[in-house]
Parts: sequence; structure tokens; C-alpha cells
Amino acid sequence: MYTQGLNQAVEDGGPEDAELLARFQAKIDREEKIEPNDWMPEAYRQTLIRQISQHAHSEIVGMLPEGNWLTRAPNLRRKAILLAKVQDEGGHGLYLYAAAETLGISRAEMVDRLLEGRARYSSIFNYPTITWADIGAVGWLVDGAAIMNQIPLCRCSYGPYARAMIRICKEESFHQRQGYEAISRLAEGTAAQKRMAQDALDRWWWPSLMMFGPSDTDSPHTGRSMRWKIKRFTNDELRQKFVDAAVPQAHLIGLEPPDPELRYDEESGHWRFGEIDWSEFNEVLAGNGPCNRERMAARRKAHAEGAWVREAATAHALRKQARAAAAAE
Amino acid sequence: MPDALTAAYALRLGDDALILSHRLSEWVGHGPELEEDIALANTALDLLGQARLLLACAGAREGRGRDEDALAYGRDVLDFSNLLLVEQPNGDFAQTMVRQFLFDAYAVELWPRLSASRDEVLAGIAGKAAKEAAYHVEQSAAWVVRMGDGTEESHDRAQAGLDLLWPYAGEIFEADGVEAALAEEGIAVAPSGLRGPWRARVEAVLDEAGLAPPEGAGVRTGGRQGRHSEHLGHLLAEFQFMQRAYPGAEW
Repeated sequence: MYTQGLNQAVEDGGPEDAELLARFQAKIDREEKIEPNDWMPEAYRQTLIRQISQHAHSEIVGMLPEGNWLTRAPNLRRKAILLAKVQDEGGHGLYLYAAAETLGISRAEMVDRLLEGRARYSSIFNYPTITWADIGAVGWLVDGAAIMNQIPLCRCSYGPYARAMIRICKEESFHQRQGYEAISRLAEGTAAQKRMAQDALDRWWWPSLMMFGPSDTDSPHTGRSMRWKIKRFTNDELRQKFVDAAVPQAHLIGLEPPDPELRYDEESGHWRFGEIDWSEFNEVLAGNGPCNRERMAARRKAHAEGAWVREAATAHALRKQARAAAAAE
Repeated sequence: MPDALTAAYALRLGDDALILSHRLSEWVGHGPELEEDIALANTALDLLGQARLLLACAGAREGRGRDEDALAYGRDVLDFSNLLLVEQPNGDFAQTMVRQFLFDAYAVELWPRLSASRDEVLAGIAGKAAKEAAYHVEQSAAWVVRMGDGTEESHDRAQAGLDLLWPYAGEIFEADGVEAALAEEGIAVAPSGLRGPWRARVEAVLDEAGLAPPEGAGVRTGGRQGRHSEHLGHLLAEFQFMQRAYPGAEW
């Protein structure tokens, strides 16, 4: 569903062959894809592992706030849409883990890093889904912001990631539309439904803007990620694109983003918005968001309670193999 | 023209799918492995699709203007006609998969036969459901075998699930006037005829898994007549909450 901090990269790991580096960069400059068996700088590999696995973890943790409404969807059509959407998120997690595995890390290792708190996931999922309107808002805004980040990733220089993103983006685009359609229905509904819709926008607006990561001026690795074509637009460029798309969508259905400084700038054609409260972002990132503990506890519990199931599957597979081998002798 | 018998029959099958789908949806995001999380959601979605078609059919045949949502969200426990088996709680993954297998082994016999129904709507729904049930039973049977023939712990959990749920399996093959009359007309499938093939499949899988049905377990029944376990009321309280809190609202 979402990538955050596309600018996080590992420090350079030491001297690497200058000729290989030059060839690698030339390939990227020609817009050719880097494939798993190609030589790549260690920092490129580690940056991608971190970014792709973080993206995968976000898909998996993101199933929780939406799963929260699966058993309470207001009608059968909405329940079916939400089930399909949450299932898609699981599928995205699966592709992305597979894409990251091509860089030489196992899914088990990535999952361990998440559960031990050594890997991040998108902090947007540390916010609660309190009412049904939150399901609409998550689709509209959170998936909407994710798409802004992810469309350029379809052209990312790393082949497996770029290819995974093509399918993911198609599904995310559907998710965004269903979310907007769901919240639109509320906005044109009863007073109670409208209240629910505006309340959801009030709570999700700023966290959605924060999804693009820190401002460019505080984004130290942007230059290198842009040079490697892992990243093609800066955080602020993408954030502006998102605001320009979302504000008219809100107004169309009679909702108002919670920003008194929001105004249309005729000259540039952009919606100008107020200062983001980065202290909130940093607090959530530091583990102090409303649901950080619940989300991690739910993941750890599922993993721990699933241990005997995974062990059973392995034990059975080994026994089956042994029986087949014995029969062949 | 209203057709109370076909409406009641479609409602029974629809309620089975609806309630089992709901139970599986409780797992989503909490499965033992990512692939299983996706599979549980996928099965839940298939069953929900079946439920929507069957409830819509029931509503149309009933002729009282109730659509799928009116039937799903507007009835209380006494008017639900699902099998007791499908409303039983998820328990652990073993319990969920044993429940699923006992049901799938029935569904995979029911739907292909019902696809030859003289009722075209039911036949169409059954044709679609038959394809889905074939996947479902492959998945649930594989897990019953893996768990039964896995570790000591998984074997014990699977056996405990079977001991708990076996008494609910007999209800699947009960029939009252509804099924009997419709089966006579070539519209419904008489459940009693499914017992043999169901039993053969279940025994083969349990045998491979090293599991055995409990001795002397009674038969728990009553769901088709609205006599449910305590669990259904809690399920409905959650499932119907929005429609109860905001009556008449469009979503």
C-alpha cells in the first residue's frame, strides 16, 4: 500500500570497483533495468532491501486497520469490496517480499526484523479506524497518497521491484476509487453519515500528507536515490501533486480539509497548504502513535500462534518426502 | 410469483455461505502464514459471493420486497437457517480448518448436483459455486492432512477440533419438507443422498491424516429451524451493528 521515506539509504560501504560503478550508472542512465544477477553497489542493494521490505511490511500491517471493519461492513457489497481489498494488500505483501528476496534476503529474515522492531512499516497504519467512514478515507487518501509514490516506482531501475509495482498500482488505483466512492456516499447521506465523513477527513488529512516523508530540505539521501532512479520525484513534489488532486475531490463532495491556510494559488495552479506538524510524525515514527503497540502486538501474536501450523506443514512435508524416498528404494 | 419453498431452500444455502464467510473473515490479517491469510480471505470472498446470489434469489422468490441486505441484516437468530456447524467459533487454525473441511466435503457434492436443478437461477449459482468448492476442499483437506500428519501438537489440535465439531456434521444430511418437496420436483438436491459420498471423502482424508471421528458423539441439530447455538447471536450483533445503528441509511 505504501512506501515511506524513499530517501533512506545505507551509508556507502567502502570502496567499490570504479569501473563496475561507472558501468552500473551508465546502464541506469540508459533507462535499462538492473536485474538480480547484475552487479550492483552494496548501498543500492541495501537501500532497495530496506525500501521494498518496508513497503511489504506496510501492506501486511495495513491489513489490520482495514480488517478491523471486515466483520462490521454496513452491507454485503461493501463487505465484499473490503474483503477483496484486504486480500489484495496481502497479495502485494507477497509480491514485494518475493521481489526483495531477489536481492539475497529471505522473507523469514525480513519478518523477524519487523517483529523485533528493527524494520519499519508505514506509520500511517498506526492510526485507528474508528468509524466506517475511516474505511472510505483510507482508500481515498492513504491509497491515493500511496499511488502518487508508487506510480513512479513502476519505472524504478530495479527490474523485479518495477515489475511488481505495475500490478500493485493497478490494484491500488481501484482501491483509491472505491474509497472515494464509499466516502462520497456518506457525504451525500444523512447528517450522521456526513459527520462521520468529515470527521474521518479531519483525522486522516494530515497523516496522509506526512506519508510522503520529510520535506526535501530534510531529506539527505534524495540525491543518490534520484541518481539511481529508485526515486524520480522529491517528497515535496509528490506531496504537492497529492494535495492538488485531493482538495478538489474533497470539495466536490462537500467536505473540507482541516487546514485553515489551504488556498488556491492562481499563478502556479497549485493548492497551497499549511505547515505540517512534523513533531507528530516523529512521535508516531518513534512508536508513540495511537496504535503502534496494538499493530505490532497483533503481528507478533499471529506469528507466535501460527508457529505450530508452520511446524506442522514442514514436518508433514519432510515425512512425505521420506516416505516417497523409501518407496523409491 | 412467490415461491415460499424455493425461497426457504435458497435462504438455507445462502445463510450457510454467509455465516461461514463471516467466520473466515474474522481471521483476515491474523493467519498463521501470509499465504494462508490470503487463502482464508479468498475463500471468505467466494462464500460471500455465493451468499449474495442465494439471498437475492431467496428475496425474489419470497416476493416480500426483501433484498440481500434486508435478509442479511434484518433478521434475528430465530430466522437464520444456517447449519450449526458454520456458526461455531474459529478456535485455533485446526478447528477452523476441520470445520471448513467438513463443510467443503459437503459443498463439493452438493453444488455439481444442484447445477442440474430445474430452477435455472439455482442451477447457475450452483455451477459457479461448484468450481469454487473444488478449490476449497482441496485446500482444507490438505490442511487436515498436514496437521494430522504433522507434529504431535498439530495432530492433537486437529483431533480436538474434530472431536468438537463432529457432532455438528450430521445436521448437513437432515431434510424436512422443504428439501423433500423440492427434490421431488428436481429443484433441490436431497441432502440424504450426499451422506455416502461425503463420508467416503471424509474418511479417506481423516485416514491419511491419522485422525478418527469421536466414538459415541451425539448429533447436534436445529439450525435449519432457527434453533441455534449461543454463538450466532454474538456473531449477528457484530455483523449487523451498522444497519441496526443507522436504520435506513444507504452505504
